[in-house]
Amino acid sequence: MNDFVHVLTDNWDVIGSHFWETIQLFLIAAVGSMVLGTLLVAMRVSPVPALRAFGSAYVLLLRNTPLTLVFALQVFALPKLGVTFEFFTGACVALTAYTSAFVCEALRSGINTVPVGQAEAARALGMTFIQVLTNVVLPQAFRTVVPPLVSVLNAMLKNTTVAAGFSVAEAGAITFYLSERGENQIYGLLWVAIGFLILVVPLVTLQRTLERRWKVAR
Amino acid sequence: MSNVLYDLPGPKARLRYRLIGVLSALGIVALIAYIVWRFYDTGQFEPIRWEQFEYAQTQRDLVDGYLTTLRAAGTAAVLALALGALLATGRLSDHAVFRAPASAFVELFRAIPLLILIFFAYYGPIQLGYKVGAFWPLVIGLTLYNGAVLSEIFRAGIIAVARGQSEAAYALGMRKTQVMTSILLPQAVRAMLPAIISQVVVLLKDTALGFIIQLPELLYYGKQYGGRLTFGFPYVPGYLVVAAVYIGTCALLSWFAFWLQKRLMGGPKQAKTTAKAVKLADVGQSV
Amino acid sequence: MRITRIAAAAAAVTLALGLAACGKEGTPAPSAEGGSSGAAAPASDACTSSGTTLTPATGVAITGSPTFDRIKAAGKVVIGVKFDQPNLGYKDASGKRCGFDIEIAQLIASKLGFDASKIEYKEIASANRETAIKGGEVDYYVGTYSITDKRKADVSFAGPYFVAAQDLLVRKDDTTITGSDSIKGKAVCSATGSTPIQRVRDQKLTDKIVEFKTYSECVSQLLDKKVDAVTTDDAILKGFAAQAPSQLKVVGKPFLDPTTGKAYPEKYGIGLGHDDKALRDFVNASLEAAYGDGTWQKIYDGTLGKSGSAGSPPALEKY
Repeated sequence: MNDFVHVLTDNWDVIGSHFWETIQLFLIAAVGSMVLGTLLVAMRVSPVPALRAFGSAYVLLLRNTPLTLVFALQVFALPKLGVTFEFFTGACVALTAYTSAFVCEALRSGINTVPVGQAEAARALGMTFIQVLTNVVLPQAFRTVVPPLVSVLNAMLKNTTVAAGFSVAEAGAITFYLSERGENQIYGLLWVAIGFLILVVPLVTLQRTLERRWKVAR
Repeated sequence: MSNVLYDLPGPKARLRYRLIGVLSALGIVALIAYIVWRFYDTGQFEPIRWEQFEYAQTQRDLVDGYLTTLRAAGTAAVLALALGALLATGRLSDHAVFRAPASAFVELFRAIPLLILIFFAYYGPIQLGYKVGAFWPLVIGLTLYNGAVLSEIFRAGIIAVARGQSEAAYALGMRKTQVMTSILLPQAVRAMLPAIISQVVVLLKDTALGFIIQLPELLYYGKQYGGRLTFGFPYVPGYLVVAAVYIGTCALLSWFAFWLQKRLMGGPKQAKTTAKAVKLADVGQSV
Repeated sequence: MRITRIAAAAAAVTLALGLAACGKEGTPAPSAEGGSSGAAAPASDACTSSGTTLTPATGVAITGSPTFDRIKAAGKVVIGVKFDQPNLGYKDASGKRCGFDIEIAQLIASKLGFDASKIEYKEIASANRETAIKGGEVDYYVGTYSITDKRKADVSFAGPYFVAAQDLLVRKDDTTITGSDSIKGKAVCSATGSTPIQRVRDQKLTDKIVEFKTYSECVSQLLDKKVDAVTTDDAILKGFAAQAPSQLKVVGKPFLDPTTGKAYPEKYGIGLGHDDKALRDFVNASLEAAYGDGTWQKIYDGTLGKSGSAGSPPALEKY
C-alpha cells in the first residue's frame, strides 16, 4: 500500500503535468469540435446540394477512419503537404477533425426531432428565420441534443489517450515514463485509471442529470 | 420540401441558393485541387513512392495485417456481445446482489480509456511473470470496454420493448428468465441491431490501437512501409492505402447494418420499438 | 446512403485486388541517379548478407537453462530484432532480413544447433524489449540493445558484441548543430526507451525532446523539419545517412563523458532472461569463439564495416 502511494508522490511531476496536458487537449478539442461540428451540420442541412454532399462525405470519411489513423496522417502525412504543426497543436487538430463528425451527427439528430409543424406554425405567424431558430427550433432541439453531446465529449476525453502513441506528453504516456524510471507499472496504471475516473465522473453525472431533467415524453 | 429550418424556396431564394451552390462547389473543387497539387508538388505521386506496393511481400504483409485486424475484431466482438448480454441481464435483475456488481462493473469500464485497459492487460501479466503476446491484451481490452458499452445498448433495447409484451408473458405464468430469453431479448436485439453493429464498427476501428503494443495489424504495416527511407518515406501512399481499407470495411459493415435494419423492419410495432430504442441509446456511445 | 454503397463497392474491389496479390517478387535493385522533382535516388533497399557461412552445431546440450529447454521443445528459436535499422537490423521490401545484429543472432542460433530456416523473427520496439524477454515472447533479443545496470534488474546480457557511441544526425545543410553542446533549444528526437534519450533528459541537454517508437519515424520528422536532430548510436545513424547521403549527415562528434573525457560507450548485448545463467555462459562462450576464429570480423566487414569505419571485437563482460 505504501509503495502504491509512493508511486504517485514520487512521480507527481510527471503524473500531474501529463494530466494537465490531457485537460488542455480536451478543452481545446472540445471547443474546436463544437465549432466545426456546428459548421458541418449547417452544411449537411443546408438547401445547397454541393454543401450537403461535402458535409456528408466528410462525416462518412471520418466516422469510418480509426482515430489512430487520423493522428498518424496528421503527424506523418500532413508535413508532406507542407502543413507542419507542433505535436500538441497537431493532436488538437486531429482530435477536433475526428470528433466534429460525431458532434455533427448528434446535432443533426437533434434538429430532426423537432416536429416540422412547429417551424411551419412559427413561419405562418410571420417569424423570420432567426426568430424561428432561436425561439422555436433550438430550445426544443437543445433538450434532445445535449445528452448525446456530453456523451461525445466523454468519449473524446478518453480518446485523448491515443495521442500518447504520437509523442504528446499526456496521460496515456505516463506509463512509458514510469517504466523508464523503473517504477511498478501496475501501480502506475492504477493511478492513471483513478485519474481518469476523477475526470470522467463529473461528465457522466452531468449527462445523467440532464437526461433526467429533460426527459421528453415520447 | 419544407423542413424545420427553411420553407419551400421562392424565385429569389432559388436564385440565391443556386449562387451559393455554384460558389461553394467552386470552393470545394478548389480545395481538393489544392490538396492534389500539394501532393504532386511534394512528389507523393512519384513512382518511387508507390513502388513498394507492387511487390508481393508488401501485399502479403498488408493482407496479413488486415486479417489480424479482422481476427482481433471478430474475437473481441463475439466476447463483447456475450459479456454485454450478461451484464445487461445483471443490471436488470431484481436481486441487488447481481445488480450492484454489474452496475459497478459497467460504470468502471466505461470510464477508463480503452488504451489504459489494453496497457493493463499487456503490462500487468508481464510484471507478474506471465507470457502474453500482443493479440490477447488487445482483445481483452476491447472486450471489457465494448462489453460495458454494449450492455447499455442491450439494456436500452430491453426497456424499449413495449410493456404489454412482458405483462402478457407474466400473465401467462412465465418466469422471469423465460420472459427475458423468449420475449424480451429477441425483440430487443432486433430493435438495437443498428446500434449494435455500429458499436462493432467502433470495435474494428479501435483494433488500430494494437500498434502501440506492437501487434502486427493493418496500421502497423502501413507505418512500417511508410517508414522506409529508401522509398522516400512513403507515408502518404501507405496511409492512403490503409485508410481506404478501413473506410471500405467500416462502410461495408454500416451498410450491412442499414440493410439488416430494413429487412428486419417487421411492421409498425417493430418500427416503434426500434425508434424508441435508438433514441435511448445515444450516438455518443459509438465515438 | 448512395455514398455508403459506392464506398462499399470500392472497398470490395480494393479487397479483391489485395487478395489476388498480383505482385512482383523480390525488391528493387539500385537505380541510377535521376529521380524526378529533386528527390535523390535511393540507395539499394535489397538486403545483402556478409556471406559468412554458419554451420549449425550438432548435439548441443545446455543444462539448467529453461529458455534452451523451451527452444528445444518448440524446435525453433524466436529472436527479437529490429526491422528498420539499415546495416544492423533491416527488413527489405522482399521480406529478407540482413544486418550486423541479424547475423550475430543467426550466429548464436547456429551455435545452439538451429540453422537460419528454424529462426522465427519478432519485431520488438526499444520500449518493449524488457517486457518481451520477461514475458517469454522471445528467447533472446539482438537489436542495438545497450547494456545498462538499470536494465540488468529486469533482464541479463551476454556480450557486449559491439561498442558504439552516441551521436547526432542532422539535415545536410544544417551548420548550427556541431555536437552535444549545441543542441540547447533544438528539438531532438529518439526512440522511447533508448539510453541516448535518457541521457539527453538526465543531463538536460535540451528541453524539447520528441519521442517515437522507431528511429525511422524520427528520421522522417527530421526530413520534414519538425525536429532538428536525431540522437542515438552512431552505428544506427550511419546506416540512415548512407540511405540518403544528399539529405542527411552524421555530426561525427560522439557524446563525451565529462569525467573520463571518453565517449559514452553504448555496449550492445544479447538480451536474455534474468535468471538464465547457463544460457548466458553458453552465449558468451560462443561469442568468444567467434571473436577468435575470425567469424565476427567477417560478419562485421560485410555489414557495419561497409560504412567505412573499422571495428574489432570488444572485451566480453561476463557475470
